[in-house]
Amino acid sequence: MSRIVGIDLGTTNSLVAFMDQAGPHVIPGPDGQTKVPSIVGLTDNGLIVGDPAKAHLIRDPSRTIYSVKRFMGRGLDDVKDELQYFPYHLHEKNGVIRIEIGDKTYSPPQVSAMILKELKRRAEEYLKEDISKAVITVPAYFNDSQRQATKDAGLIAGLEVLRIINEPTAASLAYGLQNKTQGLIAIYDLGGGTFDISILKLKDGIFEVLATNGDTHLGGDDLDQRLVDVLVDDISQTQGVKVGEYPEWMQTVRLEAERVKVRLSDEIQTMAVIELPTGTYEKMWTRENMETLVMDLVERTLAPCRYALKDAGLTVSQIDEVILVGGSTRMPLVWRKVEELFGKKPHSELNPDEVVALGAAVQADILGGHTKDLLLLDVTPLSLGIETMGGVMSALIRRNTTIPTSAKEMFTTYVDGQTSVDIHILQGERELVKDNRSLARFQLKLPPLPAGVPRVEVNFLIDANGILHVTARDIRTGEAQSVQVKPSHGLTDDEVEVMIRDSFQFAAEDIKVRQVIEARNEANAIIVATEKALVRGTNLIHGKEAEGIRRILQQLGEVKEGDDHRLIRAKIAEVEKTTHHLAEVLMDATLKEALENKKLSDVIK
Amino acid sequence: MPEASEAEIMDHQHQGTTTARELPMARSMCWHCQSEVTGEYLCGQCVKVQPLSKDLDYFACFQLPRLLNIDEQQLEQTFYELSRTFHPDFYSTKDESEKAISLGNSAFLNAGYRTLKDPIQRAEYLIRLEAGAVKDIRSNPPADLFEEILELQETLETFRQLAPNGPSSDLEALRIKLQDEREHLEKRQAEMEASLQNKFKEWDQLQGCAPLPSQAREEKNTLLRDMQEILSNRTYVRNMVNDLLETTG
Ligand SMILES: Nc1ncnc2c1ncn2[C@@H]1O[C@H](COP(=O)(O)OP(=O)(O)O)[C@@H](O)[C@H]1O
Ligand SMILES: [Mg+2]
Repeated sequence: MSRIVGIDLGTTNSLVAFMDQAGPHVIPGPDGQTKVPSIVGLTDNGLIVGDPAKAHLIRDPSRTIYSVKRFMGRGLDDVKDELQYFPYHLHEKNGVIRIEIGDKTYSPPQVSAMILKELKRRAEEYLKEDISKAVITVPAYFNDSQRQATKDAGLIAGLEVLRIINEPTAASLAYGLQNKTQGLIAIYDLGGGTFDISILKLKDGIFEVLATNGDTHLGGDDLDQRLVDVLVDDISQTQGVKVGEYPEWMQTVRLEAERVKVRLSDEIQTMAVIELPTGTYEKMWTRENMETLVMDLVERTLAPCRYALKDAGLTVSQIDEVILVGGSTRMPLVWRKVEELFGKKPHSELNPDEVVALGAAVQADILGGHTKDLLLLDVTPLSLGIETMGGVMSALIRRNTTIPTSAKEMFTTYVDGQTSVDIHILQGERELVKDNRSLARFQLKLPPLPAGVPRVEVNFLIDANGILHVTARDIRTGEAQSVQVKPSHGLTDDEVEVMIRDSFQFAAEDIKVRQVIEARNEANAIIVATEKALVRGTNLIHGKEAEGIRRILQQLGEVKEGDDHRLIRAKIAEVEKTTHHLAEVLMDATLKEALENKKLSDVIK
Repeated sequence: MPEASEAEIMDHQHQGTTTARELPMARSMCWHCQSEVTGEYLCGQCVKVQPLSKDLDYFACFQLPRLLNIDEQQLEQTFYELSRTFHPDFYSTKDESEKAISLGNSAFLNAGYRTLKDPIQRAEYLIRLEAGAVKDIRSNPPADLFEEILELQETLETFRQLAPNGPSSDLEALRIKLQDEREHLEKRQAEMEASLQNKFKEWDQLQGCAPLPSQAREEKNTLLRDMQEILSNRTYVRNMVNDLLETTG
């Protein structure tokens, strides 16, 4: 069985981890960094992902996509309030958001797939083997469409997604493995874009989720936005420029706002410094200012905690441990608020950035059949139901039901000869259909018989990924009946198919970009080394020869800015050939020097 | 019973004779290698997981007698053990048929645990399980309770209409009236709770007795009917109390 990796596909940062005998490990990139910023940039030369894309964000914001997770499994209506904060254009097609970049459009799963591919490549390079299977984490409060979109992203990236696992539960696995925690624990996960709370019971290696709640649109991004709004106002007052009208400047302000927020977790006050074409803006910020600005947002996380406790049938005092996960829990304000609510000090021994990926690796190891003593019993976060008369939702599966779970419903006809029944599947806690999430629709086919005679049983099954499967059976004939479920906010199988094919094309482009980058790096190194050599060799070679080398070096300097790696390579070879003599001369000189500096006795010895 | 669907219960309704000791597996033959399977979850020959019997009820699945006061520790322990046997996590490297069986068995197990863990759901389930004999179980509230609730709902509606106009003496009077009513209902709820507990005990005692065929069955049916009545009244009262709490605070 090939290795399965664990992936934390975050709003802000993504990580990949694996497990061996020693335990789970996060895989670092060449620079030693484990976090890959979840940012994708589309340059003229192809795709860039992670840190390079973050740099691209300021240069070319309209072609750099960040926080794409907010759009997964959603329609335009769901995100209309935050659209103003994104520098790129969006539209909707078949219920799915499309992101417009230049003359191309991308669905959120396609963009997520680009991040996944970068992680896959990282893992392959590090582990020196092909990776084709993964466990991917999602916020516990993700609905069916959002989970399905994540699974699609995996497919498009060429990964078989063996399991979609909830982020807080993944974190609990990493903790449970670490210190053999037992008892009732609360996992509070506040990241860049989402908030989750999960209540678990840990006993004898079983991780039983009792309840979960959250807000899939609340995180560090929202805290940043508060500061951005204030900064933009202040800049307009002091410098008389409307930053909002310039996407590039907006991104500069946004990044500085985040840095200020992060610094204020460690410091009491810090200076916001923003270089603008109109001058430098500077302003001192205190932690107190910041806390006042975001107090209500942080407090918004408390109600879901109370709901989760209530659903678990527990009171705060029964919770043995509170564990903090996610970058935003580094804020002292969050610690205070959580401590106030639970009446005990929360803790976070494991790196809150890495713990979710580590847990995903543990789950991967369980699925791979290696870890046998641990078992996660998770729940579905939202009630599932169908539309009934009068636009009311009738719940079939309640929220916080342990998965896998299924519910059967019998359907019949009301009119003689009726041959179909339309079924509308929903998710949510509200009474009325319009207040809940529309998941999918399908048409049940029935034999033309007198009213009430046909009997078709539909089975709604939520699997261990929290993803719905619908099957139907004609009770009279006992035969299974196929159902074509049309997702309300999801890609169809055909669309995913096409995107998988497209992604091969991207892969070719990716390789091209990588080759250019590598050749360019090499060219830079050679230019620096040759220039040094020229200085040292001034008196050793002919002026004409030096001039020839300089000329070809300049040509390399020009070629390397282009995007044809073969041209760059050819020039590099030419430089190497031309400098062959210089290298020899320098070598001899070095040797001579070395000998001259030594005493005779050293040489003879 | 909101959680376990009607159809699921129908599936498990007709085996009134199943006892806790009966073996839970449907097939006497392994679906895969056709060798004989005697009550284990896994085939002795090819070690493939076997589908749980369609006739299996939750009590039998958890190897519990059909009692209303159960050992919750044991229930949880059995749940964990069986989860370790059936959960899809342990079948992800297996073939599609085994995956499907593990999924089905797990879903059944989870539904069973959820139902039996909660005393009220447990009782409702047991009543339906035994209902073969008690066809005439009434599910409407008795007339007096029905009247009372109807009247209360009207008052509540008036309150809701007045509330947006801001505080007034009328509104205050209504609020006090509704709060009184709520306290009254809550008392009634507590009484129901207590009598339900008594009925549970009676049931368990009856199950413990050596079966005296005709008399015992009569007694059993009466008990089932009584419990059903309390349970459905309890639902009405509880919903009303929740409504009152939500509206008047
Ligand atoms: N020291 C810090 N103080 C406050 N916020 C922080 C700190 N470090 C990181 N963050 C915030 O945490 C968020 C990212 O957290 P992360 O868990 O990586 O998110 P996600 O899981 O959504 O990708 C960002 O909003 C970032 O600004
Ligand atoms: Mg996260």
